Amino acid sequence: MNVSLFVPCYVDQLAPDVAWATLRVLERAGCQVHYDPEQGCCGQPFLNRGATREARRLARRHLERFAGADAIVAPSASCVATVRHRFTALGVGEGALAQTARTYELGEFLVRVLGTTQLGARFPYRVAVLQSCHGLRELGLGTPSEQVGESATHSPTDLLLRAVEDLALVAADRPDECCGFGGAFSVTHPTLSGRMGLARLRAFADAGAEYVTGTDVSCLLHLDGIRRREGFGPRAIHLAEILANGAVGGAQ
Amino acid sequence: MTTSFDERALATLPSRGELAQHDAAVWDLRRRRDAAAAEVPDWEALRERAAALKAFALDHLDELLVGFEQRARGAGAHVHWASDATALCRIVTELLAARGARRVVKSKSMLTEECGLNPHLAARGIEVVDTDLGERIVQLAGEPPSHLIVPAIHKTRREIGALFHRQMGTPEREDDPERLTRHARSDLRRRFLAADAGITGANFAVADTGSIVIVTNEGNADLGSSLPPLHVACLGIEKVVPALADLPVFLRLLARSATGQPISAYTSVLTGPRSGGELHIVLVDNGRSELLANPTHRSALACIRCGACLNTCPVYRRAGGHAYGTVIPGPIGSVLGPALGGKQGAELPHASTLCGSCSAVCPVKIDLHGQLLAWRGERHKPAHRERLLTRAAAIALRWPALRGAARALLRPLWPLLARRSPRNPAEPWLAVRELPPLPLQSFRAQWRAKRAASGASDSGPVSKPAGRPARSERNEP
Repeated sequence: MNVSLFVPCYVDQLAPDVAWATLRVLERAGCQVHYDPEQGCCGQPFLNRGATREARRLARRHLERFAGADAIVAPSASCVATVRHRFTALGVGEGALAQTARTYELGEFLVRVLGTTQLGARFPYRVAVLQSCHGLRELGLGTPSEQVGESATHSPTDLLLRAVEDLALVAADRPDECCGFGGAFSVTHPTLSGRMGLARLRAFADAGAEYVTGTDVSCLLHLDGIRRREGFGPRAIHLAEILANGAVGGAQ
Repeated sequence: MTTSFDERALATLPSRGELAQHDAAVWDLRRRRDAAAAEVPDWEALRERAAALKAFALDHLDELLVGFEQRARGAGAHVHWASDATALCRIVTELLAARGARRVVKSKSMLTEECGLNPHLAARGIEVVDTDLGERIVQLAGEPPSHLIVPAIHKTRREIGALFHRQMGTPEREDDPERLTRHARSDLRRRFLAADAGITGANFAVADTGSIVIVTNEGNADLGSSLPPLHVACLGIEKVVPALADLPVFLRLLARSATGQPISAYTSVLTGPRSGGELHIVLVDNGRSELLANPTHRSALACIRCGACLNTCPVYRRAGGHAYGTVIPGPIGSVLGPALGGKQGAELPHASTLCGSCSAVCPVKIDLHGQLLAWRGERHKPAHRERLLTRAAAIALRWPALRGAARALLRPLWPLLARRSPRNPAEPWLAVRELPPLPLQSFRAQWRAKRAASGASDSGPVSKPAGRPARSERNEP
């Protein structure tokens, strides 16, 4: 399958390893991976700040750059949620509904489109999952804890991690409480953002996690920044990096 | 760039202990809600039904209100219309003055809080006693409520004990909740019996019967509406529902969503005045018509004030209700804030991470986080510096080559940005966490270097790097 790699702007700048890992995992899953180095930002940071005009311009350019792609895959649930669910309200998605619908978060694509969890990865650590709020509630990548009823949705992240050799999943208290990143919220409301992040970090540490993983690099960078400041808790690692880890200790 | 909301959160819950206690107390309500909702086999269908009923009611508000007025009058109630807070205060003051009422018992009503009725009456020498225990506590403390359902949830029992000791002469250091409640109860009972009038809110107004419905856990609204000769019920025009037969849908959702109870302790359907008494119903607009005309935000009027969005909100739990500076705190308060005025209007929609849990618990399915996002766009008035930054960033993120140039400029400054100083523009990030390390090159630059090395051209869309490049710099502390 032909896949266009969507590398969110902050992943490009701050976490190139995550983009490489995504590329490797997709190739390992049998995909032909295309990368367009002229791609930009999907507009999420601007949209969330209320800067609609700038967001619209970026969204339009994003759609142009990825026009015609068979599948668009990103290692970021929140960017995918923006493309899939917020472009229409910006007035740019209507003519491109098929394209936005073909935009997937990495784990979602592997499990729900390719139908695979077996990627030959090994990661001999205790790992907790930091749920991406947008992945969970807007992309439906799992069942939010507040949801009532029997229609439980499996989390692609969980399914993939369960298939990783020697990886032990640990469950933290309040499984999907927000980490407090929230884009601009992290700098406009540092006290609250820090309080929320510290609470998550403590919950992961109490659960005995050695690593915390997730589908949003932004949330992970925030949490890891708190870990380095506070000097305790599990290290952050993106889902793609765990899945790309084929050999012992390769993530170190 | 620190907003005053963040500062108010720090002032409201300053210590680790207070923060933990508030978070735990509020989270407990969310937990109870989860358990109670899970007991209902068709919870999601019930939410759908409630949302549809509210949407219908808002679409037909004009007819339903007129129908309600006719039937309420037919049942012997007087109906008044108040266009705004001033009108409500005037109408209530006149009703009380005409009957020489000086002592008023009041049950919980967020609407009268919104309209500033208590201070208005107090300034005219009328004694107003809040009779909901939580409301009474914050009234004695001289504070506004901090939660829709649990107005004094920000107070510890020790604080309440000290407050009661000062204000009601309870024994010093008495902080047993049951004994304190008993003291408050006997104090309130005296006031109920001596009251000239009772003021209540209402949870619903029923169009096909002209009834008002009041839900409490303490029975205080029942005493307040039946002991004094005059009962004034104040409610927003959005409270009307089409039919008495619709009520069970909302009653099954309301208490479960609020506190996890299957039903509130007291649910009173009042149709007309009690025998020998007078019932005046004041229907208040105060900005609601304007909100109704707003297609994006009108559904916020469907709110039944259960407080579930507050309980699940990770920001509310760690900020405390007073940080919002509005009568209604939490996600619904931040949605209503920009519409129903208030100084914090433009700021509140940003006091959220848009995690979406609020929308997922809302019993009438208001897209709360979607509305917060919409308000951000509608009220976008950035300061000069932010506007410049936004524009520059938008251009750089559109054009990767510019981004590369910006990165080259920024790279030598990164260690300085990581250092704490009041003049450092990265300080809001550094306030609670370290800056992430900046890798030597962006993915794009690494990828292009790789391509160049393998002799492939950059223009073609297909990439198949032979392997991973040398491990990029990713410093760990």
